[in-house]
Amino acid sequence: MKVSIDPALCQGQGRCFSIAPAIFDFDDLGNGVVIGDGTLNAESVALARLAQSNCPEHAIFIEES
Amino acid sequence: MTDRPPVKDFATEWDHADPQWVADPYPIWEDLRERCPVAHTERYGGGWFPATHAGVSAIAKDTENFTSRTVIIGNGRPSELDLPAPIGVAPPITSDPPFHAIARKLLLPAFAPGPINALEPMIRELCGRLLDGLEGDVINAGMEYAKYIPPSVIRTMLGFPEDDIEKFIDFINIVLEGIDHPLEQRIEEFTPVEEYFVAQMDEHIANPRDDLTSYLLNVEIEGQKLQPEHVFGTMVLVLIAGIDTTWSAIGSAIWHLANHPDDLARLVNEPELMPVAIEEFLRFYAPVTMARLVKHDMEYLGCAMKEDDWILLGFPAANRDPSIFADADKFIIDRAQNRHVAFGLGIHRCAGSNLARLELRVAIEEFIKRYPRFELSDASAVTWASGQIRGPRELPIRVRAS
Repeated sequence: MKVSIDPALCQGQGRCFSIAPAIFDFDDLGNGVVIGDGTLNAESVALARLAQSNCPEHAIFIEES
Repeated sequence: MTDRPPVKDFATEWDHADPQWVADPYPIWEDLRERCPVAHTERYGGGWFPATHAGVSAIAKDTENFTSRTVIIGNGRPSELDLPAPIGVAPPITSDPPFHAIARKLLLPAFAPGPINALEPMIRELCGRLLDGLEGDVINAGMEYAKYIPPSVIRTMLGFPEDDIEKFIDFINIVLEGIDHPLEQRIEEFTPVEEYFVAQMDEHIANPRDDLTSYLLNVEIEGQKLQPEHVFGTMVLVLIAGIDTTWSAIGSAIWHLANHPDDLARLVNEPELMPVAIEEFLRFYAPVTMARLVKHDMEYLGCAMKEDDWILLGFPAANRDPSIFADADKFIIDRAQNRHVAFGLGIHRCAGSNLARLELRVAIEEFIKRYPRFELSDASAVTWASGQIRGPRELPIRVRAS
């Protein structure tokens, strides 16, 4: 499973990198970015989903595989 | 604004300065969500208030049909003098695309988590110092504590002299109180503010240093420094947007904890709850509503909107929409899923949100560390700000048993 942020939707609300700092970071403008290639393991999937469910802009996507 | 008759039906004559709305807007919004859900008014020259999350979200994200050139509702329809779009008087909040993206991109690095998080020790020290200065069994947590935190932080960020803090707070009062005065009056009232800011800008040009003023003076758009009006406008924006907003958020959180000893005890005993609690404070007591103007006559969300009609974007109302939030009218201190819109939605997301969160968190952490038990001393003495920013002003808190 992989997580990604759509940069066209992200407005830098800052929820993802606060909730899951091991999965998300921020860039120089304060917009969210995924750390690495976004591959999720059994432990990180729940945190990624929590971040997704807190994003006001619906900018986080989780690709099932 | 108090000369208007009391509102009889908020669906057809909503008024965000009406005493009933100021005292307790939530039942009004609940009723509007069920009946309208976009309310209309002839007051202020005519305007609309979407009460649902869907309506607020649609308009906040629609810069084709709505403009931000004026974000504070005035006493009538906006005058031509108010229209320096696409830049606006306080870029980027009053800017529309495409200029908006340029103005925002140069401001955001100063308010990104990196530089903002570095302010935490300074804010913590400030809160501690303010608490040290409070005396007596009853303190005014609004006027003696919450009110002083944002101006002191902004003064530090702008790099203005520490000794000017009282003058700086006077200027903030002028700016905030004059916000809906007619333009000519506003210009006159702003003169001393402008003179002070221009003097500070000149001083920073002579002695550049690592602060927000020097940053704005030196940052470049395509090799060009900003026009002085742009620098000034953005400094005014920082004042207008960064003071009574966060002051209100801090005050509301203290008001809540004073009224809910169970929540206070949980925060004291489970400090790890603080990040989620902060988001619930922001959802439940979102202080800020922002205005837009309708760009052209159109049918929108079932309403016959006219060019230059006001839109009041009720982010706090969206945060209570039961179609988005389970138990929307309940404050749940450990609410895990909380997609609140206290900082707006879309391209105008509050640029200072990282700073606001930090100030709110540190202010509450320090307050409950100093006073692990407290309560309202006199509920009837609490007053709430009217207009587009909601939060307690007079907030008498009993911090020691009598």
